Order: sequence, then C-alpha cells, then structure tokens
Amino acid sequence: MGNTSSMLTQYDIEEVQEHCNCTFSQQEIVSLYQRFCQLDRNGGGFISAEEFLSVPEFAVNPVSQRLLRMLDGLNFKEFVAFLSAFSPRATTQQKIEFIFKVYDSDGNGRVAMNDMLEVLRDLTGQFISQQQREQVLTQVLEEAGYTKDSFLVLSDFMKVSC
Amino acid sequence: MSGSEKLTSSSSELDLDRPNIEDYFPSSSIQEPRGKLRLRDLLDISPTLTEAAGAIVDDSFTRCFKSNPPEPWNWNVYLFPLWCCGVVVRYLILFPSRVIVLTLGWIVFLSSFIPVHVLLKGHDKLRKKLERYLVELMCSFFVASWTGVVKYHGPRPSRRPKQVFVANHTSMIDFIILEQMTAFAVIMQKHPGWVGLLQSTILESVGCIWFHRSEAKDREIVARKLREHVRGIDNNPLLIFPEGTCVNNHYTVMFKKGAFELGCTVCPIAIKYNKIFVDAFWNSRKQSFTTHLLQLMTSWAVVCDVWYLEPQTLKVGETPIEFAERVRDIISVRAGLKKVPWDGYLKYSRPSPKHREQKQQSFAESMLQRLQER
Repeated sequence: MGNTSSMLTQYDIEEVQEHCNCTFSQQEIVSLYQRFCQLDRNGGGFISAEEFLSVPEFAVNPVSQRLLRMLDGLNFKEFVAFLSAFSPRATTQQKIEFIFKVYDSDGNGRVAMNDMLEVLRDLTGQFISQQQREQVLTQVLEEAGYTKDSFLVLSDFMKVSC
Repeated sequence: MSGSEKLTSSSSELDLDRPNIEDYFPSSSIQEPRGKLRLRDLLDISPTLTEAAGAIVDDSFTRCFKSNPPEPWNWNVYLFPLWCCGVVVRYLILFPSRVIVLTLGWIVFLSSFIPVHVLLKGHDKLRKKLERYLVELMCSFFVASWTGVVKYHGPRPSRRPKQVFVANHTSMIDFIILEQMTAFAVIMQKHPGWVGLLQSTILESVGCIWFHRSEAKDREIVARKLREHVRGIDNNPLLIFPEGTCVNNHYTVMFKKGAFELGCTVCPIAIKYNKIFVDAFWNSRKQSFTTHLLQLMTSWAVVCDVWYLEPQTLKVGETPIEFAERVRDIISVRAGLKKVPWDGYLKYSRPSPKHREQKQQSFAESMLQRLQER
C-alpha cells in the first residue's frame, strides 16, 4: 500500500473498505487517509504514540492511554478498522465488541473485575477512592447477577446492554 | 448501550470547513443519564470513546496550523499557458525588480542609520526620533518589495504611556506591516541567523524585549520588563502578539494573559490577509523565514486589511483571563476568524493534566450522585 506517497489507488481503497466491513464509504476513506498522513508527520507509515498525543483533544481524554495501547503501530488499513466502530453504519454489535476490546486489555476474551476497576479508575481519577470504586462495582455486579470474582465474556456484555 | 452519533458529520465532511467550533467542544457532549446506577451504565464508556475517536479524526487544534493550499486553477489547456506566463512574470520580472528595491532600501537605511546611531549619541531625543523614522522607512521598503497593499482602518496609534497594542499573529511580516505605519516596540522570540542579527542591532533601537519560549523562569523576567517599558514616557508603544505563535489566519488560539495584567489600556489590532494573492501564513514547522520571504517576493502581492480597534480597559470584577478572551473576541469578529479554545504553546508541549482531571471530576460527581438515587 502506498503509505509513503500520499496517493491512494482505487485498489487500496477497496481493500481498506473490505477490511473494515464497509462501515466507511470510499470518500470517507480518502478523507481518513488525508488525516492519517497529517498525523503521521515523520512518514513512517504508522502514527506513533507521540504523534497521537500531540493532538491536545486526544491527550486530555481519560482513556487515551488505553486507546494508545490499541493504536500503537497500526498501519492505515488497521487504523480504519479501529475507527469502524464509530461509523454511523456500524451495528450495535460492532460497537459493543469495540468496548469489550477496550476493557479486555490482555486480549484473552474475558473481562474480570480488575479490568473494570482499571477503566473506572481512568475515568474517575483521584476523585473517588479505590475502596469506593470497589464497593460500587461489587454492588452493581451483584445486582446484575454476577459476583466480584466472575469473568464477563462478550455475550455477557451484549446481554447487559439490552 | 448508547449510540455514538458524534462522528457522523466529521468522517464524511473532513475536507469541508465546518462553521462552528462549538460543535466539537468536548464538555457539552457527555449526556446526563438519570436513574439508579446499573452495571450497564458503568460499562458504557461510549461517550468518552467517541470523544477520543472524534479527536483522532479531526481536531480543532491541528486545524489552526494547517496551511490550506489554494485550489489549482491551471489545469486545462487554456489556463495553463496563462499560468506559465504568470510564473515568468513573477520570477523573471517582478522578483528581480523587488530585489533591487529591497537592496536600495537597505543601502538608504544603513547609510542613514549608522551615522545617526553613532554621531548623535549625545542627543538622545533627536536620535530616537530619526531612528524611528528610519525604521518605518525600512519597513515600507520591505512592504514594497512584496507589493504589499495594506489598507489601514481606524485611527492611527497614538504615543501615550500606559497603553499596549495587541494583534493576532500570522507571520513575522505582521510586525513589518504594522511597523511601517507606527514604530512599535515589540516583544519577540530571539531567532537565530540573520534575523537574530537584525533583531539585536536595529530593533534594539526601537526598544524591543526578548523572550525565550523554552526557559521556565523567563516569564517573570519578561513580565517585569513589560511593566517597566509601559511606564516609561518616552518609550515607543508596545506591540504584543498574545497568541504566542503563528496561526493560519482562519482561527485564533487563546491569548496569553501577560499583556492584559499590566494595568493599562489595551488597543486591539486585527489583521486579515487576502488569500487570493498569497497565503501569508508562516508555517514555522515547514519553512524557514528566508524561504517564507522568498515565497512572498515571488507572488503577485500581499494584500491585507489592518483594523485599529477601540481601546479596551479591564472592567470591574473582570479577571485578566476574561479580559484577554473579550479582546480576542473583538479581534476575531472584526477579522472574521474563528475562535479555538486551545493554547498556542500546545504546539510544543502537552496539555496540563488539569483538563483531564476536570473530566474525571465531572464523571465521578455524576456517578456518585446517581448512587444516591435509590
């Protein structure tokens, strides 16, 4: 793929579109490519963590570090696939899958209470104590029928969201 | 889980210039759900994720420093030869004549400035007056060398103590364009090379103040120098560019409050360049100043409007930051620029953690509040 030049061919666009399950139109992929090239200042074919953090709106986001782990070293095709969950054409299923991936940082297909605590810590910072976080999480987990030692898989996420 | 519609407009309209920056500003997009806190509410991080994805796809800060190339118009068989003629005229006729004008200007300037500077050492008042006039003359030569067509609106700046001029910043030529009308003292970053030489010799005579962006203690030193200058009766009026960096003349970034807490009247100046003739934005990451000047000298003209606006003072109960924002509003409206809520220095550094902490705090508070609702 022409990552060092700034011209996408029609084949490239179709390949990317297929990879992201047609959640973006071809025009959108061209625009995303312009953005990708704008962010990838040193032209290495991927956007480094530094380059992402140079966008202040992204750097102030509480979950930016988690997302950086998922974004690290992605080339353009994977970048578009990453963003596909945010397209208006994405199904609810795809969106929930994405959220699951953000929680499941070690990628083993299971989300434990620890993972949920970490995300909650990113979102609330020092404004809630660790103890309070554990308390709240245990409480809502039990109300939903889980215990604090249970693992949630993707189907649990789907069920909880309905 | 709630849907994420925010990205709808951004991914399909990335190459259009959106009208309202407020559509993107993060704080308003987090919805306020009500009712008892359930597991699905804790797991649903989609508003935060959508904001992050929105920032990745397009963000208001990067847009301020993008030099938008003009639409190519020379693409068909009739227009291309015309464009070629234009190139010939610009590079082979206009450019040499401009270089001649500039060289002439330098000769006249140096041959008058050096004698005046050296011989009139004792008669300070006369010397300063002559040096001021000569600097204004030299700037006029510069402006002529780019065929600058500058239209000044509003009353000319007057020399009074306790007043400061602020303007939006697009390139270092802003200073030259303003200086040809009135000899200002300016506060600038010290540059290397020939620009630095000019700064330390000639600009010293009009009374300039230097700062170093990278030095931490520098701010206090500069603030003190500013206060001293403003109090001096015989000093030239001070010109400050509160944005602190060059912006692409479509947006304004946040003004630094340094100029607004000196306790004097602030006179806003708005500058808007007409892009049809040349894009005067100096993208310091992409070009050196010399390349930028050469680009200007091989274009048709530099056309801009300068508005001298009504002097403003700090209102009762207004903080310097609010004062700065008010003046930025006045300048942005006059010059037709959009305001962006970011600090220009984020070009060189990361945002402070307090922005993230604000978001965390509001999320934590809403979560705790919902816990109370049983």
